[in-house]
Amino acid sequence: MNFLFRLIALVCIVMTASAQAQEKPHVFRGATIYPIEGDPIENGVLVVRNGIIVSVGPAQSVTVPSDAVVVDVSGKVIMPGLVDTHSHIGRGSGGDRSAALHPDVRILDAIDVRDDSFKKALAGGITTVNVMPGSGHLMSGQTAYLKIRNANVIEDMLFCKDPLNDICGGMKMANGTNSIGEKPFPGTRAKSAAMVRQLFLKAQDYRSKIQAAKGDTTKLPKRDLEMEAMLQVLDGKRIVQHHTHSAYDIITVLRIAKEFGHRVVLHHVSEAWKVAKEIAEAGAMCSVIMIDSPGGKLEAAELSYKTGAMLEKAGVVVAFHTDDGITDSRHFLRSAAFGVRAGMSRKKALESVTIAGAMMMDLDKRVGSLKTGKDADFIVLSGDPLSVYTHIEQTWVEGVKMYDRSNPDDRKFSVGGYNVFRSGNAYDTCEGE
Amino acid sequence: MKRLSVVLLLSIMINVSHAQLAIRGETVYTMAGKPLRNAVILVKGGKIEQVLEGAMVKLPEGYKVMEAKVVTPGLVDAHTVVGLTGIFNQKHDQMQLETSEPVQPELRAIDAYNPQEQLIEFVRNLGVTTMHTGHAPGALASGTTIVVKTVGNTIENALMDSGMVAFTFGESVSSNFKSPGTSAKQVAMMRNEFLKAQDYLKRSSSRDPEKRPAPDLRMEMLSRVLLKKTKVLFTAHKATDIMAALRLQKEFGFAMVLDGAAEAYLVVDEIKKSGVSVILHPTMMRAWGDTRNVSFETAAKLKEAGITFALQSGFEGYVPKTRIVLYEAAIAAANGLSFVDALASITINAAKIIGVDNRVGSIEKGKDADLVLFDGDPFEYTTHVCGVVVNGTVVSETCK
Repeated sequence: MNFLFRLIALVCIVMTASAQAQEKPHVFRGATIYPIEGDPIENGVLVVRNGIIVSVGPAQSVTVPSDAVVVDVSGKVIMPGLVDTHSHIGRGSGGDRSAALHPDVRILDAIDVRDDSFKKALAGGITTVNVMPGSGHLMSGQTAYLKIRNANVIEDMLFCKDPLNDICGGMKMANGTNSIGEKPFPGTRAKSAAMVRQLFLKAQDYRSKIQAAKGDTTKLPKRDLEMEAMLQVLDGKRIVQHHTHSAYDIITVLRIAKEFGHRVVLHHVSEAWKVAKEIAEAGAMCSVIMIDSPGGKLEAAELSYKTGAMLEKAGVVVAFHTDDGITDSRHFLRSAAFGVRAGMSRKKALESVTIAGAMMMDLDKRVGSLKTGKDADFIVLSGDPLSVYTHIEQTWVEGVKMYDRSNPDDRKFSVGGYNVFRSGNAYDTCEGE
Repeated sequence: MKRLSVVLLLSIMINVSHAQLAIRGETVYTMAGKPLRNAVILVKGGKIEQVLEGAMVKLPEGYKVMEAKVVTPGLVDAHTVVGLTGIFNQKHDQMQLETSEPVQPELRAIDAYNPQEQLIEFVRNLGVTTMHTGHAPGALASGTTIVVKTVGNTIENALMDSGMVAFTFGESVSSNFKSPGTSAKQVAMMRNEFLKAQDYLKRSSSRDPEKRPAPDLRMEMLSRVLLKKTKVLFTAHKATDIMAALRLQKEFGFAMVLDGAAEAYLVVDEIKKSGVSVILHPTMMRAWGDTRNVSFETAAKLKEAGITFALQSGFEGYVPKTRIVLYEAAIAAANGLSFVDALASITINAAKIIGVDNRVGSIEKGKDADLVLFDGDPFEYTTHVCGVVVNGTVVSETCK
C-alpha cells in the first residue's frame, strides 16, 4: 500500500517534470535546422534551457553544456513553432448582434483553454496564434495573442502579463459583404466606411480631451471601455487585424488607415494580387488565406494561388493563416507550400508561417525564428516542411514537449477518429473567412 | 465564300479536336500494370492509339510531341456537385438540393447541369477529366446523378453515363426538413416509399389496363432501383446510418454504392461483408455534425480490408466551393495509403465504381485519350499540373 502510494507519487513527479521547461539544458543534435533568420543549417545543434534558446548553429560551432540532455534528431528537420495570424480555435466569441462595432469586447474572456482545437493546432505545429472573433461585424472585438502552453486558465496562454494594462491582442475589423446586414449593421460599403470613420473621429476627440486635461484627474473624460481600446489603436499599440477580400475593399482599409494613422494588417486579401503595388506603397503587411478553389462567395470568386507570390514580388511582408475551421490547423504548412507552387520563394514561404506572422502581432522579438534568447518554440519534422509526405513529429513550446506523434494520445489529434474532437471544430461558430 | 470559311473553320476544329499527340513521360502510371519508364503514349482520333515503352522509341511523323516528368490517366472525381453548384454560392448557382420534399428521386441532374460553370474549368485545369456529379446529399432521395467529361458546351456533349440516384441518411437530412426529424423516421419513410414502389411495380405488370397505376415519375425511378436498373448512391457518415443503409439495401435488394462513410472504420467488416463499394469522403473534409469523427486514415483502412473505394471532392456549403480530388488523394497518400492506391482511388477505381472504366481511368489502347501531365510527383504540393488532355484534345498547357 505504502509502496503503491510512493509509486504513484513518483509517477506524478516525473510527469510534472516532463510537463515543465527543463532545468537542465536540452540539446537537439543532427537535424537540418531552418532558423528562418539565416540559411538552413545541415547537421545543426539547438540548445534550449528554461524555455529559451541558448544557442543554435552548425555542430562544430555550438558549445554543448556538459550537463545537457542530448536528443538525437538525425535526419529530421527543425524549424520554429508556426505562427498563425488568424484562427478561430478555442470556441471564443466576440461582439453580439446589438451593434456593428465592439471595440470593448475581448475574446480572451470567452476562450476555452481545454478545447480540443488547441491540440489540433499543436499537431499542426502551431505554437503562437492570434485567436480572433468573427468577420460578421465591422469591429467584432479585441483578439488574443496566445502561446499554446499547458493551460488551466486563459492567463496561462497569454503573451501579455496583465490583461488590464497590457496589449494582449489586436483589434479585429472587417469590411466587404460579411459585415453588411440589417440595422444596426451597415447596408452598404460606403455606410460601413462612414461608421468606422465616425468611431475613429470619436476616439480622436476622446484623446484630445485626455491631452487637454494634462494629467488633472478632475478634467479627464469619463472612463469609456470602447474609447480606451480605440486609443490603443490610434496610438499604434494595438494593431488592427482587418478581414478584407475585394481589391476596392482593401484600398478602403488603406485609405482609412492613412486618415487616422493606425497600424493595420490585411487579412485574407483574395484580390490583393490586383493591388499589390498599392499595398506595398502603403507599407501594409498581408496575411493570406490559401483556399483550394476560388468562390464560395462573390468576394472570393477571383481568389488566386498567386496572391502570395505577387505580394512577395511587390515587396509586401506576407504571412499565411489557417482561419481554422476554414482551413485546418493541421495543414498550415500546406499553405506555404502552395505559395511556392504559385511562385513564392522557398525562403519567403517559410517566413510566411513563422517570422512574418510574428511581425504582424509585434511578437517577432520573442517568436518566429530560432535565435539565441528567443522562446524555445520549435517543431521536429520528418522531412522537408513543404512536402505532403512530411509529418510533424514533435511540437515544443518554451522548452516543453506539447505534442509527440509517437504517443497515441497525441497522434489521434493529427489524424482524427472516433470522439477525438469532442466539441467539433470552430466551423459552426465562426463567421468565416 | 461564307460557306467555304465555315467549312474551313469546321475542318480546323475537327483537326484540333482530333490532334495526333505523342506524349512522352519519364514515368507513366497507366493504372493497368506497373508504372512505365520513358514511355510514349500515342493519341489519335480522341483515343489512345498505342503505349510504347523505352527511351529509344521513334516518334511517328505528324504527331504533336508533349513531354512530362509524370503522366497519369485523366483524374476521375467519383462524386462531386460541380455544375449543379457554382462558384458564386448565390441562390441562382446552387441547384444541388431541392428542399420542398425529402423524397424526390425523379429530379434529373441532366436538367440542372451547367456545362459553362467556371468551376468545371478550374478542376479540369487541375487534371479532372471525368466527374460523377449531380444532386447532393441532404435529402432522403435528392435526385439523380450523371457521369460527365469536363468538356462540352451542352450536357448532351458532356454526358458519359446516366449515373445513380442519390440517397442520404443522417443529421443533414433532418436539418433540411421538418420530417423526417429523427434517424429512425428516416428509415421508416424510405421503407414506406419502397413498399409503395413494390406495389406500383406489381400493379404496372397487371394484364388488365384498368388496374395499372397512373404513371408517376417518382415511382418509376424507385421501380428502376428495385429492378437494379439504377444504382443507389447512398450517403451515410455515422456508423449507425451506414448500418441502416445496408439494412435497407438488404431488405429491398437494390444495387448500392456507399458514399461519404466518415465512420466506415468502425464497421469495416460489415461493409466488406455487404460487398458494396465505397466512395469515401474527401480526406480533408471538416469534422462537424455527421462527419465529426472523420479520420485521415480511413482510406488506408478500407484498402487494408480489401474494400474497393474511390475518393471524392464532395460538397461544400461555403469554401472551398469545390475540393480537388488530386489534393484529397495526396493527404490519403501521406496517411497510410500507398502512392499507387491513392492514385487508383482517383482514376481506375473511381471509374470502376461509377461504371465507366471501359472508357476512362487507365492508359490503355482504345480507351479515351484523357491524360494529365505533371512536372513531378503528382501529390506533392509544389508539383504542377502542366497539361491536360480530354478526348485527345489538349485543353490546358500552362502549369497550374
